[in-house]
Amino acid sequence: MERITPLLWLLFSAGGTVAALLFPVHFFLTGLAFPLGWLEAPSYEFLHRLLTHLVTRLYLFILISLPLFHWAHRFRYTLYDGLQLKHLTVLIAVLCYGAALVGTAMTAYLLWDIS
Amino acid sequence: MSAEPHYTLYHPRWYRRRVSVWWWLQKRSYTGFVLRELTSVFVAFFAVVYLWQLRALTQGPEAYEQFLARLTTPLFLALDTVAFLFVLFHAITWFNLTPKAMVVRWRGKRVPDWLILGLNYAAWLVLSGAVAFVLLRE
Amino acid sequence: MPSSVALTVARYRPEMESEPTFQTYEFPFRKDWVVLDALNHVKDSLDGSLSFRWSCRMGVCGSCGMKVNGTPKLTCATFLSDYLPGPIRVEPLDYFPVVRDLVVDLTDFMRKLKQVKPWIIRKEEKAPGDGEYLQTPDQLDTYKQFSMCINCMLCYSACPIYGLEPSFIGPAAIALAQRYNMDSRDEGAAERLKILSEHDGIWQCTFVGECTKVCPKHVDPAGAIQQYKLTGATNWVKSLLLPWGAR
Repeated sequence: MERITPLLWLLFSAGGTVAALLFPVHFFLTGLAFPLGWLEAPSYEFLHRLLTHLVTRLYLFILISLPLFHWAHRFRYTLYDGLQLKHLTVLIAVLCYGAALVGTAMTAYLLWDIS
Repeated sequence: MSAEPHYTLYHPRWYRRRVSVWWWLQKRSYTGFVLRELTSVFVAFFAVVYLWQLRALTQGPEAYEQFLARLTTPLFLALDTVAFLFVLFHAITWFNLTPKAMVVRWRGKRVPDWLILGLNYAAWLVLSGAVAFVLLRE
Repeated sequence: MPSSVALTVARYRPEMESEPTFQTYEFPFRKDWVVLDALNHVKDSLDGSLSFRWSCRMGVCGSCGMKVNGTPKLTCATFLSDYLPGPIRVEPLDYFPVVRDLVVDLTDFMRKLKQVKPWIIRKEEKAPGDGEYLQTPDQLDTYKQFSMCINCMLCYSACPIYGLEPSFIGPAAIALAQRYNMDSRDEGAAERLKILSEHDGIWQCTFVGECTKVCPKHVDPAGAIQQYKLTGATNWVKSLLLPWGAR
């Protein structure tokens, strides 16, 4: 675990940057503007067409998986320091990074399979 | 002095205060720090929502319509508003910390903090505009 | 301006009590006094048993660090007039064992400081006859800020991670390691990296930023640590991709 800490930190930083630069606009559109009708949501066909491009799939992979690793690393330390759960440190690490890996795998699987 | 003093012969009895589990509530800046760290939960929340949207898109138009409908429910609108505010808080605190974490030297001199900050916000604007342009093109 | 002000001071006399208590002293207010002046007045005229450390009384020795109203401060640079009407609470620095009254034991920091090797490391020293090491103002600028550290320990007292994890090497030690890493005359970055990339090194830090807030010499230890994280991570990637490259 110790030897890959630099890698985990790099993933955390990359994920944080992706989340900071791209999440506000995506979240504003998908979570607020489209459901509330302020702007018209893109149609299924349009999005499906976008997904056929390799660039879109790479973009979405980065957009979903990196922030998950950002959360995993940050949340792990928050639980460790904030709630002083030192005795559960291995379990917390496994759960956090494990969840991020599962999310990444699911994203990769879905993006691979687009007809 | 009512107590009879007794001296430990070789080592003084040091006093070590135990750190309370509520340490983060004891100072405003500590609480702000924990809130900043908790933004990661809402970042993960949105990543999962986007993963869910991706799954709906691969399952067909009905699934996508169901996804869109679910997002218009009051529960999700409330969740999304709170989460969006936390994601904004993440973005702002992240940009503010970037000049401290990344020192760029150009021609021997350190690039000033306000410039790094400005470049970050500029990138934010440009990328947001590009994403909005792509998604609203229809 | 009030005529008198009170200081509520934490007392701890291990021969008499098992827990710290508070004692309040009242004395005439002088608008040019700092907390250190008040403490010295208490010791001279009111209670000679009060113990505390101080030396230069001008903010360069780092001896007089204490908590004033909950915030770590150099008492020689903290004016009473900023804390009116009082009473002003003075306590020893957090997260260090209290020896007596306001005196804390700093052995832990001293040990950690030695671990980061805060001196110029060179493979080969220049002989005195060969002249000086030359350094441009820009090269000096890269590490000058970190060299301002006076080892006052306010940063350790502000860092919640140090409080929760006493084995954490801490802000000042890492800032001083960076001061030497960034020095163009130094060749010891790899040695220091080994110690600092351990579990209790730089990776424990979660960038709370309190250390930079309380630093009286504007060293910005938080910035030093984050910069070192980036360097450490980059080195790790390089060593992974180019394992044969001797750095």
